[in-house]
Amino acid sequence: MEMAQELHVLAVDDSHVDRKVIERLLKISCCKVTAVESGTRALQYLGLDGEKSTMGIDGLKVNLILTDYSMPGMTGYELLKKIKESSVLSKIPVVIMSSEKILPRIDRCLEEGAEEFLLKPVKLSDVKRLRDFILRGEGDDNKETEKNIKQVCSRKRKFQDDSTTQSMLSAVVTAHDIESSSPESSASSESLQPLSKQSKIG
Amino acid sequence: MENQKKRQAAYMKRSLLDQGYLDEQFIHLEELQDDANPNFVEEVVKLYYTDSARYVRNIELALENGPYDFARLDNMMYQFKGSSSSIGARRVKRHCSQFQEYCNAKNIEGCRNTFQEVKQEYDTLKTKLETYFQMER
Repeated sequence: MEMAQELHVLAVDDSHVDRKVIERLLKISCCKVTAVESGTRALQYLGLDGEKSTMGIDGLKVNLILTDYSMPGMTGYELLKKIKESSVLSKIPVVIMSSEKILPRIDRCLEEGAEEFLLKPVKLSDVKRLRDFILRGEGDDNKETEKNIKQVCSRKRKFQDDSTTQSMLSAVVTAHDIESSSPESSASSESLQPLSKQSKIG
Repeated sequence: MENQKKRQAAYMKRSLLDQGYLDEQFIHLEELQDDANPNFVEEVVKLYYTDSARYVRNIELALENGPYDFARLDNMMYQFKGSSSSIGARRVKRHCSQFQEYCNAKNIEGCRNTFQEVKQEYDTLKTKLETYFQMER
């Protein structure tokens, strides 16, 4: 199957506010976003919790996991460890976000295999830089896709019309946004529905 | 009429920044708005109010009776501080940090007093932002 033309990012954060902001940053950077509220939910989504994943087809491949460090239950570090220990998922780059710049913490995360450590509040420039980094790393003959995405993305910002560009980019079914239980969660703007059964993670 | 409202909104925002109620994070959030998402910042701030109400309530309950779990108090305030930082609520964030310092010092009176200040700053900001968004619409 050809590579999805948009990067799919799994964002993990227990804060409603931060989830909404990171989601917006990613969408502006032309990434598909799935935002979940905990490490446990993230593992469920990725299919690592033993139960059947809600998503099981190639089109829903996750290209990047962006997780908060301090979360109740499973920390971002613990989530990172579980992902890197998995033969299936260890190749997915994981980036940790935190509002605290604690050097031993940063070191520990990088040693465990985190790609990068971002200080909150995360900026648009951080996200764009990540996107470009992931694009470069994804697949061999990716220069064309990388160029396309950047061109379409800047055009999108210029004309400020999300809906047109969405259908231009996705000719195949790709992941939709599973919002965690946030009353203000913006509805998924995609008109395409994934083939697999959808369940709300919340 | 339209232009006057815009000028008032811009003036108010400048004033909120100058007086330190807000910092540049608020501006960064506004830069994420566009024609397709014109109310993004207001939506984020509304989420902030919902989350904050919960954080404040939980901290209040935890401050009521001993024994006081300062680690837990610190953690709750850390979350509130995080949200505040994400919307650029500079003064609120500063008082949250002060609260955390009192937690580290295991000073319950200090915590209580600072918490009142946190709530006051939060209420003040909320009122000002509500005015601002009304002007903006």
